[in-house]
Amino acid sequence: MTAVPISWYLILGAVLFTIGTLGVLIRRNVIVIFLSIEVMLNAVNLVFVSLSRHLHSMDGQVIVFFVMTVAAAEAAVGLAIIITVFRNRQTVNVDELNLLRW
Amino acid sequence: MHEAATTPVHYLWLIPLFPALGVVFNAFIGPRLGKSAISVVAPAAVGAAFLTGCYAFSTLLQLPPGSALVQQVYPWITAGTLQVDVAFRIDALSAVMVLIVSGVGFLIHVYSVGYMAHDPSFARYFTYLNLFTLAMLTLVLADNLPLLFVGWEGVGLCSYLLIGFWYTVDANADAGKKAFIVNRIGDAGFLLGLFLLFWNLGSGAHSLSFGEISEHAKTIPSGTLTAIALLFFVGATGKSAQLPLYVWLPDAMAGPTPVSALIHAATMVTAGVYMIARLHVLYLLAPSALTVVATIGALTALFAATIGLLQNDIKKVLAYSTVSQLGYMFLGVGVGAFGAGIFHLMTHAFFKGLLFLGAGSVIHGMGGEQDMQKMGGLRHHMPITFWTFVFATIAITGIPGFAGFFSKDEILAQAFGSPHGSPWLWAIGFVAAGLTSFYMYRLLFLTFFGDCRADDRTRHHLHESPLTMTLPLMVLAVLSALGGYIHLPAFLEPVFGHEAGHIEATTEHLLMAASVAVALAGLGLAYLFYMVQPGLPMVLAYKAAGLYNLIYNKYWVDELYDALFVHPTVVVSTWLWRIFDVGVIDALVNGTAETVAANSGLWRRLQTGNLQQYAVSMLLGAVAILGYLAWR
Repeated sequence: MTAVPISWYLILGAVLFTIGTLGVLIRRNVIVIFLSIEVMLNAVNLVFVSLSRHLHSMDGQVIVFFVMTVAAAEAAVGLAIIITVFRNRQTVNVDELNLLRW
Repeated sequence: MHEAATTPVHYLWLIPLFPALGVVFNAFIGPRLGKSAISVVAPAAVGAAFLTGCYAFSTLLQLPPGSALVQQVYPWITAGTLQVDVAFRIDALSAVMVLIVSGVGFLIHVYSVGYMAHDPSFARYFTYLNLFTLAMLTLVLADNLPLLFVGWEGVGLCSYLLIGFWYTVDANADAGKKAFIVNRIGDAGFLLGLFLLFWNLGSGAHSLSFGEISEHAKTIPSGTLTAIALLFFVGATGKSAQLPLYVWLPDAMAGPTPVSALIHAATMVTAGVYMIARLHVLYLLAPSALTVVATIGALTALFAATIGLLQNDIKKVLAYSTVSQLGYMFLGVGVGAFGAGIFHLMTHAFFKGLLFLGAGSVIHGMGGEQDMQKMGGLRHHMPITFWTFVFATIAITGIPGFAGFFSKDEILAQAFGSPHGSPWLWAIGFVAAGLTSFYMYRLLFLTFFGDCRADDRTRHHLHESPLTMTLPLMVLAVLSALGGYIHLPAFLEPVFGHEAGHIEATTEHLLMAASVAVALAGLGLAYLFYMVQPGLPMVLAYKAAGLYNLIYNKYWVDELYDALFVHPTVVVSTWLWRIFDVGVIDALVNGTAETVAANSGLWRRLQTGNLQQYAVSMLLGAVAILGYLAWR
């Protein structure tokens, strides 16, 4: 079995990251934006894991654990905030949540 | 002299402490307890100071002449070579001053209880009056110049507060401000003198105590010494209302009459005389400064006396009379007769205090009227006031046997015969004595003799004042009559050294006869003008209209000062306000604010509140940073 070249993993990571970024920038629903952020995080995780294997170093994998922990915490807090916002405003569209401005 | 023994004691601080307690009581507790409590405590505080002063005085009398009681209370300023203590000193000079201040002060406090009985600000009045006594006692008890200056400023403050006591009337508040500002000019001179003195005392630590100043004075070059002495004299002209800074004192009559008696006749205004007597060693080493003091004193005596001739406000006459009599005191100290100057200070405190209190009693009885043209014939209505007033008038005009005669005669004799004096100085003083006699008897005749010119309502209201007011009058009348027999110059000789001039007995008797003659001439002329032929003054006023107007308008000095100093100051200040302050300073500050505001208006549009726009900016920022790092 021939090993998949490292560049494939990196390209996949980049594509996923771009998809996530575009999702954050384009979609209006907060929950979808939230999902897009998760995609961005996991794209980064993928790059970390690949390079960790490629370089024979465990550092990358350690950081991935951190990222996953943070992502889990973030999901809990973020969803709670979204629920509260919805209760108050009856919407989760970001372009309608624009009170904080001049 | 100053090198003589000083005895340390521990109770001198009680003398200013009693009035200080009085201040605290009257300010914080008195208003709640009411007038009766204040009427007891305020005079009692001063009375206690007087008794302590008497005790110190009796202790001093048992010590050999030239001794002093000294108390170092605590080290006050210790900075480099300046080491000033809060220290009190009682020698013959300050003992006399303490007794005058607290004694006359006590009588005037008692009098005020009656005079101010109906005033709603009773407590505030006695707070100020006690505070004044505290400051004045600090001034005379101080053992060094900085502490004296504290008292000096304190009495100035109280003077300001009490002149403007009825501050709801603009004129009174203005008079207070005028007094304060004119005094500032003098005080600036005093401070400069103090700095120059300290600067020239030489190396080593200095306490600026009077003993030390006397010791070191000889080492200061005579030119500098003259400058120091003159600067101190500038301070004295402000506080003691001498030419050219006398203008505040006549206006100071806006205050309650007992205040005029205590502060603007008997005690505070004599502080300048006291200060010069205190620093006599400096002045004796600077003869030209002494000449200036004597000349200014003599000129003021004459100048103010002429203005007094034509005033119709009873208090204004007395005010100019005070300026004139202060001139005599400066003439005395200016010819080196320090003892005679202080002697006149004391007798003046008695009779001028009495005159003011008598005038206050008259004003009280007349329901606030101060114009002598509306008085007359009051001797039937107010016998006690009348008789005590007669005593004071006789005393001030120098009729033999009464207090003023002795002290004024001593000054005039010294002005003639002392090495610092000259016949010219004597002649000016002599003429002023005649004028004094004339205007005082004019005041007496206009107020107490002839027919009553008041309207009916006032006439019905006329009454003799209550006992709290007449009792101080009687005590002061006795002092005005007998005060001259205390021969103060001899008592003060250990402090000042032997009086400079020796005058032959025949000369002295001639001078004495001359001053008695001129006093009687003034009396006679006033009798002729205001009793025998009341129309005569009007005729003369018509004949010499120019001179009459000049004097009646007080030589237009106030107008002159207005044009020379006040008006230019107002013009320049207005310019600075309108052009510089508004146009430059405000414009700078406002301009900065407006620039910032305009900028913010532009940039705030970036903050749209749209989350995704922010996200784009973050992304672009991240890309830019990464791009920079990659391309570097």
